[in-house]
This record gives sequence, structure tokens and C-alpha cells, in this order.
Amino acid sequence: MTVISAQKLSLTFKTNDGPVHALKDVNLDVGKGEFVSFIGPSGCGKTTFLRVIADLEQPTGGTITVNGMTPHEARMNRAYGYVFQAASLLPWRTIEKNIELPLEIMGFAKSEREKRVKNTLELVDLAGFGKKYPWQLSGGMQQRASIARALAFDADLLLMDEPFGALDEIVRDHLNEQLLKLWKRTNKTICFVTHSIPVAVYLSTKIVVMSPRPGRVTDIIESTLPDERPLDIRETPEFLKIAHRVREGLRAGHSYDD
Amino acid sequence: MKKKCKTIPVLTMIALIVAIWYIGAIWLNAPAEYDRALRSNTSLSFSELVSNTMAQERPVLPAPHQVAVEIWDTTVNKKITSKRSLVYHAWITLSATLLGFIIGTVLGILLAVGITHNRAMDRSVMPWIIASQTIPILAIAPMIIVVLSAVGLTGLLPKALISTYLSFFPVVVGMVKGLRSPDNQQLDLMRTYSASSSDTFWKLRWPSSMPYLFTSLKVAVAISLVGAIVGELPTGAVAGLGARLLAGSYYGQTIQIWSALFAAAFLAAILVMIVGIAHAQVLKRMGQKPEEYA
Repeated sequence: MTVISAQKLSLTFKTNDGPVHALKDVNLDVGKGEFVSFIGPSGCGKTTFLRVIADLEQPTGGTITVNGMTPHEARMNRAYGYVFQAASLLPWRTIEKNIELPLEIMGFAKSEREKRVKNTLELVDLAGFGKKYPWQLSGGMQQRASIARALAFDADLLLMDEPFGALDEIVRDHLNEQLLKLWKRTNKTICFVTHSIPVAVYLSTKIVVMSPRPGRVTDIIESTLPDERPLDIRETPEFLKIAHRVREGLRAGHSYDD
Repeated sequence: MKKKCKTIPVLTMIALIVAIWYIGAIWLNAPAEYDRALRSNTSLSFSELVSNTMAQERPVLPAPHQVAVEIWDTTVNKKITSKRSLVYHAWITLSATLLGFIIGTVLGILLAVGITHNRAMDRSVMPWIIASQTIPILAIAPMIIVVLSAVGLTGLLPKALISTYLSFFPVVVGMVKGLRSPDNQQLDLMRTYSASSSDTFWKLRWPSSMPYLFTSLKVAVAISLVGAIVGELPTGAVAGLGARLLAGSYYGQTIQIWSALFAAAFLAAILVMIVGIAHAQVLKRMGQKPEEYA
């Protein structure tokens, strides 16, 4: 079953220096339960593509459907949870209350809200931190709380825009491992933007390699790695082979003539 | 933040100011004493000069202790219902200040909400609000009093409205900034939940604006007091701190003027302090880091 389907999708921003082709003729299908990484240098349109899925940007050409609907309808149906680069928790709300925010807006009953907050806090390993304010938590914990917030209303699709980009490598490795476990447990479809090759290869069932000017897809790689992925899978030949192909794709798409 | 002992620096500053004030009082009041000595043909020793300059009935600059005695006399030694009590006059001014401050705050918040939610209001209202503040309050205050008394409104409300005229401005400016303070990512977050604009307002914009609101309120409450005092001047100086100032200047009662000035300053300090405490309380309840209360 296809969750996201894009055909000849284009998005051109009008700027004072002329048009910027953020996306050009992007074709992509994402199936249910897939973990798809978008990788490429900055300006390749990976974040823009995620924002189009989320109906935060409007495409200027081509078609895209999310769960068979337009992105706008999907957003109105609360079809996805979005995790931003920064945790952006509201500082005046406790962690619990932050996770409760979408539930309040979507009109869940009080008892249901409490149950879901408790479950998602456990899911991201933050049980016992619910009463803390965001500033009392480390950066990694804050980002986990923001993932919990995106999971709380149980949308089948999770859109993540470089969620661990601002964290140090040790924390990042740990969170990637946890994210993989979480994905397996919840069976969600995840679209994950990154510019780290090892992260993309480690996490994904499908890797979308993109390049800039104009933003386009240069390669789509189906991962051959097994479902069970301990951290040291990153040293296996299989892993390195995929990483190599990603690197080739990035190099091929990169034009140095400007 | 380390809590340091502030008493000694503060006392040193006060002592310095009082000393300068005494020197100023002697210097400014001396010519009158020389004149008097010349007229009565008596000679004046330096110590006589100093003690005389501090005991004049209508000095150019009263000495600190004269003002202190006057304040003591008109607060502690008078019944607060007496027209000669400074507390009575201060209360009259305070009631207009508070009423004007409350109306100004509500008006300021409503205007800010309108400006941030309505493009037409954003473009049309703000220039008028700014223009309103370029008119000197001394020029417009008598008009407000006269116009309102013509339609039968006298007493507290006209004075309060002058306070409102001054105090709504910082609230509008601060709240427009505050309601617009959520960053794009926070606004995008609300969009991903397809939140209604009332949800976005109450759950994001309103709480984000609290620090801005209280900063504005501190300014607003102080100028509310100024407004109330100015509002008392054209009414013929019946009651209130403004009336005391005006009556004092009619009759050259400099000591009375200075004590009314001190009463006004004291009142303003208390009002700003109360707003400051409310600010700290609200931020504390909003879970801010302790060092961020201010």
C-alpha cells in the first residue's frame, strides 16, 4: 500500500534574484511501514519535500498524494506527526503538558490524554520526567520528548526533519538505535531527512539521494540490510557497499560547474 | 545569580544625594538671606546663614528635613479624611491611576489582538496609535476634561481616561510584539496539528506574550500616574496630588510641592514594584528558569 506518491513534483520559489528550483520533477512512492531517508547536500530540497508532504509548502507543479488524499486533506485529517530540527517544546509547559498539546487541540478526552501521555513517555524512555520543564532536560531528552509529542496522537506517518542534527554524535547514535526499535514496535511509516551517510544507511529500508540546483532525486536505493541492526552492523561489507553507492549518487548529482 | 548585600551601596548613594541637596539648598536660598540682612542692616555670620537657609517658609529649594517634616505632618499627623492629608490626596490620584491603568491595559490588549489578527487593522490602526502619542498630554488633557464635563462626565472617569490615553500605548506596542514572538517553527507545529486560530492564540501566542505584557505594564502603570496628575491640573485643583502641586505653585509653597512630588514618586515606585512581583509570580507559574525572572 502506498502512503506517499509524488509524480513530477516541482516547487519553484520566487525570489528577488530570480526563481529558485527547490524541487524539479520528483517521482517517488513510499509504501506503508517503510523507513525512508532523504539525503543530500543543503539546498537539495529534502526539507522542502518533507514540508510539501506536510502541507507546509505548496508545490508549483506535478501531483502528490498522502494516504490517497491531497496534503491539505491529510493535514486536516491529522495524518502525520512532524518532528522539527529543534525540539521546539513550549517552555511554559511541562514535558507531559507538551505531549498533551496536540491531544488537547485534537479534542481527546482527559482520561485518554493521560493514558496516551503515559504510554508515549514510556515509548521514548522518559517515564518519570513528565513533570519536568523542558529547560530541566538535556538536548537529547528534549528531542525525545518532541518525538513523543509527534507520536502521541498515533498518526501512521512520521515526518522527521534532521531531528538529531543539533546533538553530539554519542547521543545521536543512541537515539538512532532507539528510533529504529521504536519504528519496529509501532510499524509506522517514517520519512527522515539527514545529511549523514552512515545514519541514512543504518536506519533506512529505502534511501533517496538528492542533489541541488535544481533539487532532484538522483538515486533511490532499496536497502539489503537485515531488519535486525545492531550498531556494529556499520562495519559490515554490506553496509559499506550501500554507503558507497550513496556516496557515488551524491557525487554524480553534484555539479561543480557553478 | 548571587544574592549580594545591597544595603551599603544604596545607603551611600542616598547619603550622597542628601548631601548634594543640602549644599544646593544653602546655595540657592542664600541670596534671599543676604537681601534680608542688607535691608535690616545686620551682618550675617556663616553659621547663621546656613541655619537660616534651612528654615525659610518659602525657600527656592527646601532642605530635605523640611520636606520630611511636611510629609510626616500631612500623613501621620492628619486624619486621612482631612483635605490637608497627603494620604487623602494620594488616594484620589491613585484611584484615577488604577482605573485608567486597567482600562488602558484592556484596550491595549484588545487593539494588539486586532492588529495581529487583522491585516486591515494592522495597516490602518498603528499609525493613528503612534500619532496619538505625539500630541502633548498637557495640550489634550484640558480638552478631554472639558468635552467630558460637557456631556455630564466629571470626577474620577475623565482623569482615568487621561491615564488610559497614556497607558494603552506601551501595552499595544509590547503586546503586538509579544503576540508575534512565536517563531516560524512553533507556528508550523500548530499548523501540523491543523490547530484553529483560537487554539494558536490561547496555547501559543498568549503565553509567549507574557514577558512582553509585563514589561509594558511596568511602563504603563508609571505613566498612568503621570496622566492622573496631569488630569487634575485643569479641573481647578480640587483634590489629588496634581492639585497639591498646582496649589503649591499658586502660593509659592515649595515645601508642599516637593512633598507632593515625593508622594507621587513613592506611589509610582510601589505600583511598579507590585507589577514586578506579579510578573515574577506569573513567570514562576509558567515554569521559567529561576534566573529568568526579572
